[in-house]
Amino acid sequence: MKAKFEEMAVVLSQKKIAADIYDLTIQTKDIAAHAKAGQFLSLYCKDGTKLLPRPISLCEIDRTKGTLRLVYRVTGENTGTEEFSRMAAGDTIRVLGPLGNGFALGEKKAFLIGGGIGIPPMLQLAKELNCEKTAVLGYRDEVFLLDDFKEVCSTVIATEDGSAGTKGNVIDAIKAHNLEADVIYACGPTPMLRALKAYAQENDMECYISMEERMACGIGACLACVCKTKEKDHHTNVHNKRICKEGPVFDAKEVEL
Amino acid sequence: MGDIKTSVNLCGVELKNPVMTASGTFGSGAEYCEFTDLSKLGAVVTKGVANIPWEGNPTPRVAEVYGGMLNAVGLQNPGIDVFCERDIPFLRQYDTKIIVNVCGKSTQDYLEVVERLSDEPVDMLEINISCPNVKEGGIAFGQDPKLVEAITSDIKKIAKQPVIMKLSPNVTDITEMARAAEAAGADCLSLINTLTGMKIDINRRSFVLANKTGGMSGPAIHPIAVRMVYQVAQAVKLPLIGMGGILTAEDAIEMILAGATAVSVGTANFIDPRATEKIIDGIKAYMRKYQVKDIKELIGAVR
Repeated sequence: MKAKFEEMAVVLSQKKIAADIYDLTIQTKDIAAHAKAGQFLSLYCKDGTKLLPRPISLCEIDRTKGTLRLVYRVTGENTGTEEFSRMAAGDTIRVLGPLGNGFALGEKKAFLIGGGIGIPPMLQLAKELNCEKTAVLGYRDEVFLLDDFKEVCSTVIATEDGSAGTKGNVIDAIKAHNLEADVIYACGPTPMLRALKAYAQENDMECYISMEERMACGIGACLACVCKTKEKDHHTNVHNKRICKEGPVFDAKEVEL
Repeated sequence: MGDIKTSVNLCGVELKNPVMTASGTFGSGAEYCEFTDLSKLGAVVTKGVANIPWEGNPTPRVAEVYGGMLNAVGLQNPGIDVFCERDIPFLRQYDTKIIVNVCGKSTQDYLEVVERLSDEPVDMLEINISCPNVKEGGIAFGQDPKLVEAITSDIKKIAKQPVIMKLSPNVTDITEMARAAEAAGADCLSLINTLTGMKIDINRRSFVLANKTGGMSGPAIHPIAVRMVYQVAQAVKLPLIGMGGILTAEDAIEMILAGATAVSVGTANFIDPRATEKIIDGIKAYMRKYQVKDIKELIGAVR
């Protein structure tokens, strides 16, 4: 069965929800119906000088309506994400997806940990995980998507500047609230993932992390977005796995950070 | 509309049309067969394969630039054994020609792969003497006419399939390299590989690519590729495979008019996984529009 679809998606709505953070909902034909939490889309720019698709994670999936919610960061002036941020209801955008493996749903008591622009994909996972769960969200300063998480599960936050929640990072927030769990699902910057991998090891927890790297094709052909792995990968036959294909979600034990 | 003829002959190998994939942008096709029918392609040119597995370069390996991209993947590949067991049988399922891109760090590395492929059902070999992203081998063989001649003649002594030498644009005079390869017995030339480039992140004040430099590809380099194909077409008698920034059928036709018998589509695959198929359709549409009965009429037609 066909697993990936290239489509012209229609923008249903878009709004800015924090500095440089945009909240976009698109109507798809087939993608949403096949999508899983933790997967991503390739979004193509209309500006022909910007060749490569932008990988954007799925924040929410409505399989019945066929809609996808994407919450993304504009990375600067004259970037592809800035082009996306100017789209309004009725506009169309070429997309390819769903891509990557997504999170495997378990039943163990879980932490859903998001850092910065790694927070959005944890929302769909929070909605789908049928277990005891706490979302732990780390922000630099400005908070976003917090109410959405509070609707689905208990949520604690940390901010680097201490303006909301625990001052510090996500591990500081876990400690401040005396929280415990058996499994970690996480997405965020590499230093955070590295710290969580160590934290999980110390506390004998399972840990699944969603990784990020500069991509080109998004479908596993170009070998741009690889990560180092402990064991030799069956496909590449070297100590590399493709983040866009075998990932972006990996068992933290498999990858070297 | 069965009256137009798109097939071309590349040193004895008959391709149903002149469109093939550019090495390194298409894997061995497995990732693309979900989007495009590989049997429609003139040939699939595989990702470069070495005698042993290569880990490739550290990440980031790619960066977008205005109208193009840089890559420094560093020829990560599973090695010839896995390639022969897995990728060749996969490609044999399709009605297309198989061109294996061969890379190495030393002459011996190249020869081992060429020898290993001698009994395999592959149609042609493309020898990568132009990769700018590996420290040893690769481009080092492609920037000196004496070395081009030496490696070409060593490979030709043992190769059972026609040999394509893939040329680098990172030279003062590409025709010198083309003549050297021709003199040493190459059957065909492909050009151009990527142009060495660099991108600096001004916010972090560091190189975007871990390798510092990378090979530039994409539409921004197309005019350079057309010029070089034209120059080489005037300098040698060998058939040429033209590549460099082909995104559309128009780009492919330009390359053919400049002197290419076939064309390779690379970066376009990242922008549209069906790019090759669309280019084939576009070439046919052009031929009908201008009542070109045989595509051979277009090869090198602009002088």
